[in-house]
Amino acid sequence: MRISFYLNGKETGVEVPPDRKVVDVLREDLGLTGTKECCGTGECGACTILVDGRTRLSCLMAAAQLQGRRVTTIEGLASGENLHPVQEAFVEYGAVQCGFCTPGMVLAAVHLLDRNPDPTREQIREGLSGNLCRCSGYVKIVDAVEAAARKMREAR
Amino acid sequence: MKEIALPASLSELWRCFEAKPGARVYAGGTDLLVGVYHGLVNPQALICLDRIAELKEVFEEGDYVRIGPCATHIQLLGEPLIEDHLPVLRRAVGTIGSPAIRNMGTIGGNICTASPAGDTLPPLYALKAEVELRSKDGARLLPIADFITGPGATRIRPEEILAGVRVKKPVEYNRHHFEKVGLRNALACSVVSMAALLRLAPDGMVEKASLSWGSAGPTIVVCPEAEEALIGKPLSTASLRQAASLARKAVSPISDIRASADYRRSVAGNLLLRLSSLMVS
Repeated sequence: MRISFYLNGKETGVEVPPDRKVVDVLREDLGLTGTKECCGTGECGACTILVDGRTRLSCLMAAAQLQGRRVTTIEGLASGENLHPVQEAFVEYGAVQCGFCTPGMVLAAVHLLDRNPDPTREQIREGLSGNLCRCSGYVKIVDAVEAAARKMREAR
Repeated sequence: MKEIALPASLSELWRCFEAKPGARVYAGGTDLLVGVYHGLVNPQALICLDRIAELKEVFEEGDYVRIGPCATHIQLLGEPLIEDHLPVLRRAVGTIGSPAIRNMGTIGGNICTASPAGDTLPPLYALKAEVELRSKDGARLLPIADFITGPGATRIRPEEILAGVRVKKPVEYNRHHFEKVGLRNALACSVVSMAALLRLAPDGMVEKASLSWGSAGPTIVVCPEAEEALIGKPLSTASLRQAASLARKAVSPISDIRASADYRRSVAGNLLLRLSSLMVS
C-alpha cells in the first residue's frame, strides 16, 4: 500500500503493508532510528511520536493510519544545527543516561509545553507519566523540562 | 498482511463490511493492536473508525448527553458537557493510562473491550448509560449492563458497531465520586475501582445512591443492597461500614498478578468508607 504523509515537515511516500507497525516503518523502512520500541504494549512510551501535534505510541499504530497525517519524530525537532529548547535542556541538565527513553521523553515534554507553557513540577510529572526511564530517576528530567519551559517563555 | 480500511463516513463503513466480512473494528488501537501485533488475535481484516467525524461528536439531546464512541479520552476531558453533567465519568477518564494513551484511546473502545478493569465502565454503570448499536439495517439501544456479558464479551453482532453512548443527565444526584486503586499512579490497570453517585439532603441524609465497582467480578458489580443500606442515613462510619460489608458479599473478584481476590474484596468495601469525605462541600 502506498502511504503519503508529512514526516518532519517533508512530504513522504512509502510502499508498505497497511498493517505494518508505524515504529517499523519509521525505523526499518525510513531509517529514522531515533524512535525506539521497548514494551510493544503501550506501557513505556519509548516509541512516542507526534501525530498532528499530539503524542501517540508508534508501536500501536498501523501504517495505514498515517495517511495524510503530520508526523514529528525526534529527528524532526531540531531546526538545522539548533536543538529544540527541550533537547538543549536535557543536555544541560544531564537528563540523559542510556538515552533509550529520551526521544519519547523529549516528545512528551514538547507536547506538554505546547499546551501548558508554565507547568508545575507535578504537572510535568503527570505529562511524562507515560514514559518510563529505567536508568536512574526522573529528577533531572523534570528539572530539564522546567528549565526548557522557562527558556521558551522568555523567548516569547 | 491484513488489509486496513479507513472509512470516512458510516455509509462507507457499511460498504467496508460488505467488502470484508469478518473484519474487526477498532478506533484508538490501544487494546486491539496489542493483540494483533502479538499474534493473540488474528482478524482477516481491520477497519479503523478513526476518520469518521460523526462518531466523535459529544452533544446535548434534551435530558441526555450523547457521546460519540470515537471521542478520545483527552477529548472527553476537555468537553464542557462532560465536566458540567458527568463529573464522575470525567474523573474516571482522567485515570486512564497515560497522556499518549488518552490521546489515542476512545470511550467506545473502552466499552467494547469490556474489561472488568475498563475505567469508564463503573461510572457508565452508575449512570445507567445506554449504548446505541448500529448496522446498515438499523439501530438498537441497550442498557450498558445488558450489553456487556462477561470479560471481553458483549452482545455486539457481526457488522454492527457501537455508534453512541447515551447518558441521562444525573440531575437527581449532587455528589459524584470515583476512585481507582492501582499499583502505581500512572498506567495503572485498576486493582479495584468504585464509582458513586449520591443525593445528599441539606442535613446530610442520603436520599439516593448509585454504586458500582470495577475489577471486582467478571463484569462491573452493582450492589442495590449497599445502596439501600445508605439511604435515609447520614454518611457515618457506621452506615458506610454496613454498606461495605454488603458490598464485600456482592463482589466476586479473582486473584491475578495485580492482587489477590481477598485483597480486592476487602478494598471493594473499604472504598465505600471514603464517601464520608463527601459530607462536606
